[in-house]
Amino acid sequence: MKQPLIRFEDVNFVYRKSTLEEPEIQQEWLALQNINLDINEGEFVAVLGHNGSGKSTLAKHSNALLLPSSGRVVVGGLDTQDGERVWEIRQMVGMVFQNPDNQLVATTVEEDVAFGPENLGIPSKEIQARVEESLAAVGMLDYRLHSPHQLSGGQKQRVAIAGMISMRPKCIVLDEPTAMLDPEGRREVMETIHRLNKEEGITIMHITHHMDEVIDADRVVVMADGKIALQGSPRDVFTNVETLRKLHLDVPQVTALGERLRRRGYDLPQGILTVNEMVMHLCPSE
Amino acid sequence: MAKAALTDVSITIDDGEFVGLIGHTGSGKSTLIQHFNGLLLPTKGRVFVDGVDLTNRETKLRMIRQKVGMVFQYPEHQLFGETILEDVGFGPRNMGLSEAEVITRVKDALALVGFDYEAVKDRSPFELSGGQRRRVAIAGVLAMRPSVLILDEPTAGLDPEGREEILDEIKALHHKWGITVILVTHSMEDVARLVDRIVVMEKGTIALDGTPVEVFREVERLEAMGLGVPQITELMHELKKHGLHVNTDILSVEQAEEEIIRVLELRDHGNV
Repeated sequence: MKQPLIRFEDVNFVYRKSTLEEPEIQQEWLALQNINLDINEGEFVAVLGHNGSGKSTLAKHSNALLLPSSGRVVVGGLDTQDGERVWEIRQMVGMVFQNPDNQLVATTVEEDVAFGPENLGIPSKEIQARVEESLAAVGMLDYRLHSPHQLSGGQKQRVAIAGMISMRPKCIVLDEPTAMLDPEGRREVMETIHRLNKEEGITIMHITHHMDEVIDADRVVVMADGKIALQGSPRDVFTNVETLRKLHLDVPQVTALGERLRRRGYDLPQGILTVNEMVMHLCPSE
Repeated sequence: MAKAALTDVSITIDDGEFVGLIGHTGSGKSTLIQHFNGLLLPTKGRVFVDGVDLTNRETKLRMIRQKVGMVFQYPEHQLFGETILEDVGFGPRNMGLSEAEVITRVKDALALVGFDYEAVKDRSPFELSGGQRRRVAIAGVLAMRPSVLILDEPTAGLDPEGREEILDEIKALHHKWGITVILVTHSMEDVARLVDRIVVMEKGTIALDGTPVEVFREVERLEAMGLGVPQITELMHELKKHGLHVNTDILSVEQAEEEIIRVLELRDHGNV
C-alpha cells in the first residue's frame, strides 16, 4: 500500500499555560489528543476549527516545529523526532503563516524567494531558475525587483508561498494564510494554492476558519478541543450543521437554509454548499 | 504625481446612526474615516463634527478626537500597558482627569466590553486571547467616552466565536448607549445583519448610500466594484433569474426560508 506523505500516529501534545484568573498556576493542557491522521500525496486537506481547537498545533507538528509529547509524526518515511533529519523534513513540508508582514526578510522579492535555496547550498544558476519558476507559479514574476513592503497583503503571502516552492517541497502547510487579508487578497491566495495543488501536484494542508475556503478541498478535518471532531468530504462535513454550530463554526448561508427547508419538510439533499446547487434543486426545470 | 484619494464627498451622519462603510481596498474608506476626527484634513472642502468645523485653525482637534473615537485595524497591536488598568486608563489620564475619575471610566469601559474591572485590572493584556485583547483595546477608546465610535475592520483575523463576541459588544454599545457607530468591514453578512445604513465607497467617491435592502439590490454594480452581496441575497437573485418569483429583498437565512416556502407553496398549488 502506498505510504501517506504525512502520518500522525496517536499524537498527543501537552503544553503548559496559565489562565487569566490564576496566572500563577501553570496548567497542563492537552492541545492534541490521540490524533490519527494521514495526509496523502497530492491531496488538498482543509483543517477547520476555532482558536484554541488545536489546528495550529497540528500544523506545526507536520514539519517538526513542534514534536509530539507521545505518539509520532512520520513525514515521507522520516520520524520528526529524529533530530538529524529535521532539515530534510522541513524541505519536504514548507509552512506559510498568518501575518504577511512577518515572513519576508529580504529587500527585494527575488532575494526573498532565493533565501531558502541559498541556505540549501544550491548553485546560483539553479537558484535563479528556481526563483523565476516559483514566482511564475504564484503569478508574481513581474514583481521580482519590487521591495516586499510595496506589495499588498495577498501579494506578500504569494511571495511567501513562492519562497516555499523554491525549496521544491512535496507539501505546503498554510496556517491561516488569509486571516489578515482583504477579500481580494484571500481570493488571490486561494486561487494560487488550488493551482499549485492541481498543476504542480503539491500537497496542501490549509488551516482556516473561513468556511468558504474549505468547500473546494478534497477533505475537511474539523478540530475541536485538540481532537478530530469531524472528517470527510466537504459535503459530508457540512451535513452536520448542528455539530458545526456547537463548535462555534459557521456554515455557509445556503447550507443553513437547506437544513431549515429540510426540517420544514422539503425534499432537499443534505450538505448543499453553493448557490448553484440550491438553484438546481429549487428550480428543477432549469 | 498627486492623486485624489477622495473626490467631492458629501455625506451627513446623524447622531445615533449605525453606519456600515464598505469598499474595495484603496476605495478611499480609510481616508474618509480619518477625516471624521481630524487625523486628516481635507485638501478642499470642510468637515463638521457636532457643528464644529475641523478645518478651522482655531478648532482643538484633541477635543474632536475625544468625541470621535477611532479603533484601528488590529488595535491589540497597540496595547502597551503592563496592566489592563494602565492601558485602558491611558486616554483618560492624558485628558488630565483625576485618578478617581480615571478609575471610574476604566471600570465602565471594561464593563461595556464585558470585563469585570476587579478581576482583570492588574493583569497583563498579553495574557488574554486575541478576541479579549481586542476588546481591551476597544475599552481604551471607550474610556474617553466618545459619542461616535469608528471601527476599522474590528473582526479581521478573529475566528467566528471572537467575531461574534466583538460584534455583539458593538451592537450593545449602539443599542444601550446610543453611541453613533461607523463600522468599516469587508463582510457583507455582518453589515446586512447589523447596520441601518450602508455607504459604499469606490475610487474616492460615494457610490451607493442607503439601507441594506436598497444597497444589496444593486448586485451587478457591487460586483463590478469587486464587492458582493450576502450569499443569501445572491441566492434569491439567482432563484428569480431561474424563474422562481421570489422577493429578492432578503438579508437573512430566516427571511429566505419564509419567502421560499411562500413561493414554493404557491407554485406547487399551480397558482404561479
